Amino acid sequence: MANRAFRRPDMLRPQAVAQTKVTAAPVARTTPLLDATGGEFLDRIFRFAMLACGLAVLGVLALIVYELVLRSALSWHAFGFKFFVRRDWDPVNEQFGALPFVYGTLVSSLLALIIAVPLAVGVAVFTTEMCPRVLRGPLSFFVELLAAIPSVIYGLWAIFVLVPILTRYVDPVLSKTLGWTGLFAGPSFGYSMFAAGIILAIMIIPIISSIAREVLMVVPQHQREAALALGATRWEMIRIGVLRNARAGIMGAIILGLGRALGETMAVTMVIGNRPEIAKSLLAPGYTMASVLANEFSEATGNVYLSALIEIGLALFLVTIVVNALARLLVWTVTRGQPARARA
Amino acid sequence: MTGVAVFTVLLVLLPLVAIFGYLVYRGVGSINWAFLTQTPKPVGEPGGGMANAIVGSAFILGIASLLGVPIGVGAGIYLAEFGRHRFGDVIRFTADVLNGVPSIVIGIVAYSIVVLYQRHFSALAGGVALAIMMVPTITRTTEEMLLLVPQALREASYGLGIPRWRTTLSITLRTALSGVITGIMLAFARVAGETAPLLFTAFGNQYWNLRANQPTAALPLQIYVYANSPYDDWHRQAWAGSFVLIVLIVTAVAAVRFAVRRGTFGAA
Repeated sequence: MANRAFRRPDMLRPQAVAQTKVTAAPVARTTPLLDATGGEFLDRIFRFAMLACGLAVLGVLALIVYELVLRSALSWHAFGFKFFVRRDWDPVNEQFGALPFVYGTLVSSLLALIIAVPLAVGVAVFTTEMCPRVLRGPLSFFVELLAAIPSVIYGLWAIFVLVPILTRYVDPVLSKTLGWTGLFAGPSFGYSMFAAGIILAIMIIPIISSIAREVLMVVPQHQREAALALGATRWEMIRIGVLRNARAGIMGAIILGLGRALGETMAVTMVIGNRPEIAKSLLAPGYTMASVLANEFSEATGNVYLSALIEIGLALFLVTIVVNALARLLVWTVTRGQPARARA
Repeated sequence: MTGVAVFTVLLVLLPLVAIFGYLVYRGVGSINWAFLTQTPKPVGEPGGGMANAIVGSAFILGIASLLGVPIGVGAGIYLAEFGRHRFGDVIRFTADVLNGVPSIVIGIVAYSIVVLYQRHFSALAGGVALAIMMVPTITRTTEEMLLLVPQALREASYGLGIPRWRTTLSITLRTALSGVITGIMLAFARVAGETAPLLFTAFGNQYWNLRANQPTAALPLQIYVYANSPYDDWHRQAWAGSFVLIVLIVTAVAAVRFAVRRGTFGAA
């Protein structure tokens, strides 16, 4: 029965009512509402195209591994495992040993970590726990700005500012006071493992600090409140309630910083002195795996030379892959799959 | 303890201020019109500039974007729309791991697949190396941005009978577009300053070059070569080049931050 309170305009005219056809059931539309011709076929093509792009990411990794292994086969057949134990890097006589570079990479990265970790974790703790809210944004912006500076500009600054300061003021003092340890003995030219460690530390602080900050922010607020309720001082609350909880994540941040330091090329090449020898003193020049690639790759004569360099590249690749995978797993277990922040 | 924390913050900000300050101090004094418009002069002659390096960098970055952006955005779309399962996790993890590969190793790979076959250095090889570096970053940020689009928007679109491909492209991607472009600019800014992969792919050039299969000058490369040289004039030009580079990169990073703060997508 039609509702008298509601008059449909087409019912006001009686002939409109007589003209409407009354059927038992509504007829189904056979044509779609919008023009979606070929929808399913195009859907399949689209999905395939996007899958191809996704597979391309895997393909890139496979390509890197394939090319590195293929091109380093010559050197592998010539030297085997001893390649990483021998010390002589002699392109003229085609004798290649990569131990000085491995040593240089490890020592410079370790030195960078020793300097950077306390500073980066300190910045992260300050930003999340003690900083007035107003300053948090600008402070994190400035620290991430450090990450945006290209490596070659770090190297340029290091050559003209850092190394002269080290040569004139810092190295003589270190030689005099800590020279007995053997770590700071010998003549200093400024271009040394020590300078490389410092510039690397400056470069990895933003990475460690930003991930540590993310990890610290994920610690639930009730942990902090519980520590304070038990009578902890502010530092004790941070140590017990926050840092202990975020231990795995901070470890992941540190390892990620290590991964970056291992692969860093330009800034290190410009300050490390580029001498393929192992020296106990940090004030002596050194050589890292990435530096030898940067310096000698485009001038490598002979297939074995090139192959030896690519084998160093393969070793560097494998080490950074393992370190980065480990770090990502550690960070993921703490933040539980929250999407990684876009880093500058 | 607060004092120690404040001290560490100041210690960390010190090199930042030192680097930027010294860069501006040396760079501003060294930039002149000749620097921006001339090619390098022969060794020992004063003057000349890095115009070919600035344009060459733009050229190589253009090639890299052309190769890297479609693949990165496509992979991001796959991960967000079709990849919510184990295999998608594998791709996600691979992209994160690829982000950490040293840039010089990627340069070796680009050398291996392009330079060795062409038998000469080229801007194309440099572009391929930089594209490989851009793809993981763009993939992850695109995926993040697409996941922020509310599911109701997609469902409304399906309810209207729009096929999935059209929904993803015209509705989801369009909504997240400002965020996706943010991610692309971030990858671009990161890759713009890279030197190591260009050392033996694009190789550098003292003259103008706009052909993709010839060695091409790039700004970071030129800065590296000049910094290691023994000539004061070249050192001055290295500072000027660094100033130009850092201005471009900081502008991109600041624009990204500004865009993100204004909101990742419009009224939804």
